[in-house]
Amino acid sequence: MSVVEDGALRGATGAKRPSRLFRNPMAKIASIPMILTAMVVFVGGTLWTVVHSFTGSKLLPKLNWVGFDQYERLWDTPRWLISISNLALYGICSLILTLTIGFILAALLDRKIRFESAFRTIFLYPFALSFVVTGLAWQWILNPDFGLQSLVQGWGWESFQFDPLNNPDIVMFGLLIAGIWQGSGLIMCIMLAGLRGIDEDIWKAARVDGIGTVKTYVRIVIPMMRPVFITSLVLIASGIIKLYDLVVAQTNGGPGISSEVPAKYVINYMFQAQNLGQGFAASTMMLCSVIIILIPWAYLEFGGRKNA
Amino acid sequence: MPDTALTGPRGPKPKKRFSRNNIFLYGTLIVVSMYYLLPLYVMVVTSLKGMPEIRLGNVFGPPLEVTFQPWVKAWSEACTGLDCTGLSKGFWNSVQILIPSVVLSIAIASVNGYALSHWKFKGSEVFFTILILGAFIPYQTMLYPIVIMLREIGLMGDLGGLVLVHTVFGMPILTLLFRNYFASIPEELFKAARVDGAGFWRIYFQVMLPMALPIFVVAIILQVTGIWNDFLFGVIYTKPATYPMTVQLNNIVNSVQGIKEYNVNMAATLLTGLVPLVIYFASGKLFVRGIAAGAVKG
Repeated sequence: MSVVEDGALRGATGAKRPSRLFRNPMAKIASIPMILTAMVVFVGGTLWTVVHSFTGSKLLPKLNWVGFDQYERLWDTPRWLISISNLALYGICSLILTLTIGFILAALLDRKIRFESAFRTIFLYPFALSFVVTGLAWQWILNPDFGLQSLVQGWGWESFQFDPLNNPDIVMFGLLIAGIWQGSGLIMCIMLAGLRGIDEDIWKAARVDGIGTVKTYVRIVIPMMRPVFITSLVLIASGIIKLYDLVVAQTNGGPGISSEVPAKYVINYMFQAQNLGQGFAASTMMLCSVIIILIPWAYLEFGGRKNA
Repeated sequence: MPDTALTGPRGPKPKKRFSRNNIFLYGTLIVVSMYYLLPLYVMVVTSLKGMPEIRLGNVFGPPLEVTFQPWVKAWSEACTGLDCTGLSKGFWNSVQILIPSVVLSIAIASVNGYALSHWKFKGSEVFFTILILGAFIPYQTMLYPIVIMLREIGLMGDLGGLVLVHTVFGMPILTLLFRNYFASIPEELFKAARVDGAGFWRIYFQVMLPMALPIFVVAIILQVTGIWNDFLFGVIYTKPATYPMTVQLNNIVNSVQGIKEYNVNMAATLLTGLVPLVIYFASGKLFVRGIAAGAVKG
């Protein structure tokens, strides 16, 4: 409805003036980039991809309908199934660990310690680095011949084995170590802001009642920080689905295909295997998973507020 | 009641320096700090060693003989495939991408945010909501349509195309940032300017811009680190001659040809990370503010 309105604005200059349309024309002209981005790239592009996921497009996008064939093939492809289970494993571990580490670090920093800003700077600096840099740095540290494994073996523990990047069973944990290193500082920062927002009186009241520190955190502070946790959750979750650069840099999906992830699957099919339809179907599945995460959150955030 | 609560001493009672609690607290923090600092330390020491020393020792030992050769090599001689001109090419590509992208995205988003906060029109909130929701759509669903769009306007593989892509994908978060900031500027100020006969642009340039400098700094920090660190768009919308630094870095380090020169690789990695690191350490609190502003509602 509003699209039509704006189309009229741009198209019908000089026609008879419906006064509402021409009020503040500058504001509308200035909003054109935003409207184009939202409608053409975000909505249009997404719809285009979804529509083309039902076609048999190979090298070039074509509208030869094949129904749900691409999706059937997708869910029959071992590489996709591995990608999905990898992402699920990475996602769950990353969510739990990032939230836990982020909260504990924030709580420690909130204990009125010295050198707080120094510690904060240390915990947050990896977030300034790209996933490519992160992946390459950890690839080197986890190098079996020179890195962590050889160090521990050099200490005399000859049988020590920790070679995640060459072991298909634990390769996702190698990625996890790097991913958490990069991202947990951000969550720490958000949690710290949340903790600072909690009234000092709550702490006093808890102390008067003789409630221990840990118990106060678990029973009182964490429930009060629900919105902060939800924000962190959404942030981490949307980052997890995008997981791509880290994998490309650190393992490139290897060994074999044991660390493939959906985002990489999509890009490989679209830009290397020249099987566009398959890539579109896979990316549509990614979109679906985002929607599944997003709807409950939007409901909690916005639906709940209206009722309250 | 609240007043008396405020006049009392606030904060904790002074404690003994070396209580068991404190030792535990600082001990934990120091151990965790080591995990966070380890990769940076390893990168630095590795990049200062010669290859023979790396083959002998482990990655954690400090260099016995400091050499800057790996840095020189990473910058000007490292090979991507057959092209041995080093990372410098990627660096200059990234600079050429970065500057117009940052300027364009911030210029557009700040005007958008301003329009959305003081010049609301019918439907503006709908578009804004779509824009924000769009930030959650996985990039993968929009990659190919954008390839087509860029091809249509003749910018595919061009630095200009990538600039456009960065502008588009920076828009949700930046617009949000500016909209919230401009909305916090008192309405009276805006109305006074209106009464004085100032129009859309005049209010923007003469009233809003001077007051919005801090948020511009935050936006610049956000964009510079974000665009510099981008890999996905760089790898898809450019060609080898215009690869940004991150993509070139990945190609250098993960190339299968030749013997692996770990010291050169680490020097290259550090070089790529240097720009955002410098920004991070130089900007301090503003960086935190930037990501917090981006995170809280993004």
